[in-house]
Amino acid sequence: MADKVEFELVSPEKLLTSQPVDMVVVPGSEGDFGVLAGHSPMISTVRPGVIDVYEADRVVDRVFVAGGFAEVTETRCTVLAEEAIAVADIDRGKVEQEIRDLGEDLEDAKTDDEKARVEAKIAVARAKLDATGATTH
Amino acid sequence: MPNLKDLKNRIASVQSTRKITSAMKMVAASKLRRAQEQAEAGRPYAERMGRMLASLAANVQDSGNGPKLMTGTGSDQVHLLVIISSDRGLCGAFNGAIVRESRRQIQRLQSEGKTVKLLTVGRKARDQLRREYGSLIVETYEDVGRRKLSFADADTVAQKVLAMYDAGEFDVCSVIFNKFKSAISQIVTVQQLVPFAVEAQAEDEAAGTEVKAIYEFEPDEEQILAELLPRNLSIQVYRALLESAASEQGARMTAMDNATRNAGDMINKLTITYNRTRQAYITKELIEIISGAEAV
Repeated sequence: MADKVEFELVSPEKLLTSQPVDMVVVPGSEGDFGVLAGHSPMISTVRPGVIDVYEADRVVDRVFVAGGFAEVTETRCTVLAEEAIAVADIDRGKVEQEIRDLGEDLEDAKTDDEKARVEAKIAVARAKLDATGATTH
Repeated sequence: MPNLKDLKNRIASVQSTRKITSAMKMVAASKLRRAQEQAEAGRPYAERMGRMLASLAANVQDSGNGPKLMTGTGSDQVHLLVIISSDRGLCGAFNGAIVRESRRQIQRLQSEGKTVKLLTVGRKARDQLRREYGSLIVETYEDVGRRKLSFADADTVAQKVLAMYDAGEFDVCSVIFNKFKSAISQIVTVQQLVPFAVEAQAEDEAAGTEVKAIYEFEPDEEQILAELLPRNLSIQVYRALLESAASEQGARMTAMDNATRNAGDMINKLTITYNRTRQAYITKELIEIISGAEAV
């Protein structure tokens, strides 16, 4: 097997994972990118989406992140996430409810600033919902 | 001669005070441990962010035009001070030290002819600064991290600072907080937040741990930096709040430890006085009886 890449997932409150894996697929803001050992160094922003952790060609872990940053070096892949939750732990009903609530907030929002903020939140919640959908089939 | 009953009451009251202070000490000790753990848990994120910023900044500085958060507004007329104190008292010199340093900073800036604005976190700083500098306080936050300090709390404060900066309400922003050194020693620290100065230390670390790699950026570095800097501001505020929370508990623990010890000393002294007085009463009564018997 090829060399492993050290995958780290960090949220402001704690270090969530730090483990050597075969490959991670990160949802970059300009498209998903896979990181294998020996990847050229890069820094990217991350859009709300799912990080797939691969171990021997199989997905072993799926984590939803609500945006953040990724730093990739030849041996490491560090993701600074704003919010991270394992896909298996997402409660579909709760997220749907959240989207409904946010929809109401959007109607109440008066200034453009407020609207933009609520819309961003909705986008995150939608992505979260999509993430759960992907696991069911 | 002191009244025996009064003395007894006094001893009882000091004893119950001692019970309270020693309980508070133990509560503070366990809270301190939790606060320290939390501060530790937050460190990896801040470290990695520092590393990322250092390499980004190096790239952008070469090109010469960074975002406003890093380069500043080009003037330093209006200063915003973010003052972090606690909501509750009984923690020794913790709040006193913060307020003293804040006063010094305000006076220094004002004597240089600068405008000062204050943003206070915690009830104590607001209460103590309100009389002198009430008109300078633009915003206060209370009950921050009452149960558990979360990143969202720090984010609220940071968003406010950012909104003010975008509206051009200040040029330079610094945060004043107690840095946790140990349970008995906290250092009042003034740290500049805006414009953001890449810490020399962060660059050293980046250079030390690995050969400085040439990164690719996606999207381009300026766009990333524009997103990273506000986030970094939140992180800096979060760290300051964590440090302050740990310091508060440390200060309280020390203060309560002293109070418990003083109460113990006081109880000893009072008990001696009590016993002496009682003895004196007995002696006096004996003398009265004996001299009464002799007189017969």
